[in-house]
Amino acid sequence: MNWNSASEFFAMGGYALYVWGSFGACAVAFVVEPLLIRQRHNQILRTLRRQTAAEKLEMDHP
Amino acid sequence: MSKQATNWFRFASPQTFYPLAGKLIPVFWVLTAVFGIAGLWLGFFVAPTDATQGEGYRIIFVHVPTSWMSMFIYMVMAGWAAMGLSLNARLSSMMAQALAPTGALMAFLSLWTGAFWGKPMWGTWWVWDARLTSELILFFLYLGFIALQASIDDPRRADKAGAILALVGVVNVPIIYFSVTWWNTLHQGASVSMTKSPTMAATMLWSMLLMALCLWMYAIAVALTRVRAIILEREAHTDWVKKLPEVASEVAA
Repeated sequence: MNWNSASEFFAMGGYALYVWGSFGACAVAFVVEPLLIRQRHNQILRTLRRQTAAEKLEMDHP
Repeated sequence: MSKQATNWFRFASPQTFYPLAGKLIPVFWVLTAVFGIAGLWLGFFVAPTDATQGEGYRIIFVHVPTSWMSMFIYMVMAGWAAMGLSLNARLSSMMAQALAPTGALMAFLSLWTGAFWGKPMWGTWWVWDARLTSELILFFLYLGFIALQASIDDPRRADKAGAILALVGVVNVPIIYFSVTWWNTLHQGASVSMTKSPTMAATMLWSMLLMALCLWMYAIAVALTRVRAIILEREAHTDWVKKLPEVASEVAA
C-alpha cells in the first residue's frame, strides 16, 4: 500500500493539481459524453414519435 | 457460399444492426467498469512510487491510454470510412461518423493530460515539439472530419468527402507514433515496446494496459450508442424506424 492516510492520497506527494487535474478532466469527459449522446438519442426519438403521431392523426381524420 | 455471405452481411444493414447494438452496449459498459476499477486500483494502490517523478508519474495511467486510443480510433474510423467509400455501405460510413467525436475527445484528453504532466516535469504546459504538434494535428483532423461532414447537407456526399479527408489524414498517425525516434524531442520514448523487454515495473505496465482496455471498451460502448442515434436520424423516413416499438408506442398528444 502506498498511502498511510486519505490526505496523503489526495496530496499525491505534492503533485495533486497535476494528477487530479488529469484524472478529473478524463472523469468529467467520460461522464458528459454518454449523457450528450443519450440526449441526442432521446431528441430523435421524440421527433420520430411526433411524426408518427401526426401521420396517424391525418389518417384518422382525413 | 452465397447463403453464408448473406447471413453475415445481414448485420451490415442498419435495420438489423440497430437492435443488435442495443443488446451489445450494456456488455461493453460492464467491461469498461471492470477494467477501469482494476486499472485504477492497480495504478493508485499497487504500483510503486516512481524513483524520479514521485507520484506525478501516475498521470501515465490516463495519458498513455488516451493517446493510444486517439490514434487507434483514427485508424478504425478511417477503415470504416474507406469501407463506406469502396463498398458504398451506409452503415460503415455511419460507424466512421460515430467514432469521430470520441476520437477527438481522446486526442483532446491526451493533449490535456500531457500538459498537466509536462508542467511539473518539463516546467512548461506546451512545447512545439514533434510528438505534441503531430498529436495536435490529429485533434484538428478529427475536428475537420466532423466539420466537413456537418457542412454537407446530402449525407451520402458528406460520407464520401469525409472518407477522403480521413484517409489522407492517416499519414499523420505513423508520424505521431515514430516522432519520438525520428526527431530530437523533449517527449520520452515509447512506453511499451514490442522488441525490447519492458523497462517499467510490471504493476505499472499492467495498470496502463488495463486502463487502455477500459478506454477501448468505453469507446466501443459510446460509438455503438452514438451510431444508434445516427441510424435513427438518417433512416427517419423508413418504414422499419416508424415501426420500432420505442417510436410507434406511446403516442403523445
